[in-house]
Amino acid sequence: MPLRSFFGGVHPIYNKELASGAAVEEMPLPKRLVVHFTQNLGAPPEPLVKKGDAVKKGQVIAEARGFVSVPVHAPTSGMVKSVDVFPHPVGTDLPAAVIEPDGSDEWAAECNVERDSTGLDGEAIKQIVFEAGLVGMGGAAFPTHVKLSPPENKPIDLLIINGAECEPYLTADHRLMLERPAGIMEGAMLFARVLNVSETIVAIEKNKPESIEAMRAAAAEREGVRVEALDVVYPQGAEKQLIFTLTRRRVPAGGLPMDVGVLVQNVGTAYAAYEAVRFSRPLIERIVTVTGSGIKQPANLLTRIGTTFQDLITQCGGLVNDTGKVISGGPMMGVAQYSLDASVTKGTSGIVLLRRAEIPQFVSDACIRCGRCVRVCPMTLNPSALSIFIERMDFDQAAEYNANDCIECGCCAYVCPSRRPMVHHFRRAKAELRKAARKAG
Amino acid sequence: MVENGEMRERKNGEVDSASAESGGAAKSVSKPEKKEKKKEEITPRFLVSSSPHMHEGQTVSGIMKLVIYALLPVTAFSIFMFGLAAFRVILISVGSALLFEALSQRVMKRPVSLRDYSAVLTGLLLALNLPPTSPWWMILVGTFFAIVIGKQIYGGLGYNPFNPALVGRVVLTISFPVQMTARWITPSMWGMNPVTTATPLGRIREALLSGGQVDLHLSRQGFLDLLLGNRAGSLGEVSVILLLAGGLFLIAKRVITWHTPVSFIATVWVLTGIFHLIDPTRYANPSFHVVTGGLFIGALFMATDYVTSPISGRGMLIFGAGCGLFTVVIRLFGSYPEGVSFAILLMNGITPLIDRYTKPKVFGIRREEKAAA
Repeated sequence: MPLRSFFGGVHPIYNKELASGAAVEEMPLPKRLVVHFTQNLGAPPEPLVKKGDAVKKGQVIAEARGFVSVPVHAPTSGMVKSVDVFPHPVGTDLPAAVIEPDGSDEWAAECNVERDSTGLDGEAIKQIVFEAGLVGMGGAAFPTHVKLSPPENKPIDLLIINGAECEPYLTADHRLMLERPAGIMEGAMLFARVLNVSETIVAIEKNKPESIEAMRAAAAEREGVRVEALDVVYPQGAEKQLIFTLTRRRVPAGGLPMDVGVLVQNVGTAYAAYEAVRFSRPLIERIVTVTGSGIKQPANLLTRIGTTFQDLITQCGGLVNDTGKVISGGPMMGVAQYSLDASVTKGTSGIVLLRRAEIPQFVSDACIRCGRCVRVCPMTLNPSALSIFIERMDFDQAAEYNANDCIECGCCAYVCPSRRPMVHHFRRAKAELRKAARKAG
Repeated sequence: MVENGEMRERKNGEVDSASAESGGAAKSVSKPEKKEKKKEEITPRFLVSSSPHMHEGQTVSGIMKLVIYALLPVTAFSIFMFGLAAFRVILISVGSALLFEALSQRVMKRPVSLRDYSAVLTGLLLALNLPPTSPWWMILVGTFFAIVIGKQIYGGLGYNPFNPALVGRVVLTISFPVQMTARWITPSMWGMNPVTTATPLGRIREALLSGGQVDLHLSRQGFLDLLLGNRAGSLGEVSVILLLAGGLFLIAKRVITWHTPVSFIATVWVLTGIFHLIDPTRYANPSFHVVTGGLFIGALFMATDYVTSPISGRGMLIFGAGCGLFTVVIRLFGSYPEGVSFAILLMNGITPLIDRYTKPKVFGIRREEKAAA
């Protein structure tokens, strides 16, 4: 039975072919790594290193602070040259450690040791996942061990491994599924063991037939695992939409997937769990797609966390002359960068470089109420009305129209003929509403 | 941060102006030297703005142009049927609409936006709603009310509560009843042999008012003439077939949806059908009501105006039904033979209310909340 997708959505030009054929290559160790301490949603970890410290590859350089927080590890061995603020791909300057590699790439003692995972129980796996600093690698960077710890009154009966990769341009998950399906599958099974679920679905959009085939082959021997091919419609990979497509369950407004008994993990996270559990390797590298018409040689690079965008771009042959936008993440939800000094974090799935001519300009002309945004909004909001309230700074009305349920997928702005900066408005409303809520106590 | 970028973009319209500043900490971003542009090692400046960073490509003027294209067949047909007279009305109407748009925007110190084609569309729609005999000064009064009073004083495109072309038409209907409702001519090829006559709806009204009866049963030939447009009427309302073709084109292009036209026309058909069943000697056949007057141009091109009609499908269905109800009430019981324009304007007035009560439910709302709401 074919799966019917969620309401709304758009069909952007995907441009995945720019990088989808490029096999993952290892990015050579750069001369300098800028490792941000804040790489997870939740509480920023506490830095443990200072200028002049020598570190080993895999050594903890910042420890978790609180439950919703994970440690950060040194991506290679070398010397901490400074601890200072640097551009973070989220768009602000945040504290980071600059590590100058010594070239030996020497692991810390406890790391890179093969381990037999068959005897591990759920708690042990969760502990390893936490210590390895795992976060959701699809972009949101929510600590994985927290997701793996649903409260007892919210039993999970389905694990979804998200390989939809619905963002245009990005191919990191595709290459990972194609080249390392067995690792992803083993990681998924570790998650399934933690959650004690018997059903696992690997979800992939139909525009990646090779990935689907590779994952099906890897899943063939496993019980309770199946691979589902999904229609290509953005944002198919958004959690709530993905769950609806696969199960018809609706995550309640303001709720979480666990409210409907589902847990979603990105394929990259599953692979990172496999690396952490089987080989004691913390999360210090990931696949980053460097692509777009603004880069000379698009590529998928296995990159150490902390590699600057400049180094990645240089590795890919440099920018073309009229590159006008550097995006961390995909073009629908990614963050435009002002500096190439920003560095790769655990959530950086790609860097998309656009030429000036392709950059749409959002100008805030009047809404003509054409209703296109209403027809594409996968959360069935009324973006038109919301944006008008927010322009008037009527945030109470915006709240009444469910501004907080916006997932910032960008479909509304993508189709808006008046080119209104819709997502920008909604982010602002959410920030204002958070502020008001704090004030109200 | 982002807003700055966008505002600047708007002012000077060049891409690279916003980036250096919006970064704030531009310590790492050096300005490119123009002379060295050919060299490879330029540190570029980057545009910073909120996501998304892609756009489908459709624009307001693109949409307006599609609607104008959809009206071209019926426009051409009106010239074929009414000749130079029709051409004259269209020319004066579109030209003066553009003029009033530019003038009022200049006076109100707003950017002149003739390029969005909305004034062209308003002028064309008004022309198609006028009789071919309209005097030039009357057309000017119509476009003045449409553009200046109907749209610009509210703040321009997007802020007008009422359909501008209909505001123009209704002002004319009320102010110049003779020119607007009594001086119709029969169509003939290129308008060669105009004969003064009444519209089909007008004839019925006359007959009813004078206490007499007309033959309300449509002959097949009569019905076909109405469909094709071989009858007296405003420029654009006569050919149902060509209007339908234009409307289907817009639906296929996803400029409009089916909701408003279907609910509007169906309501008129059902209500007039009920009256026809009650007393066929007083009330005309429902099919006659559907194909006469301005119903098709109104339902497909006026009631579907974005700015003045509801935004959700459910709202559009209610809106169309309301338009149909008022049209029938005015046609059967009002003092004007035609009620489409008044009906749409009335419904324009309650569009905000409809929108409010047809607010889409957010995805995943809890059942209990739903019940409580």
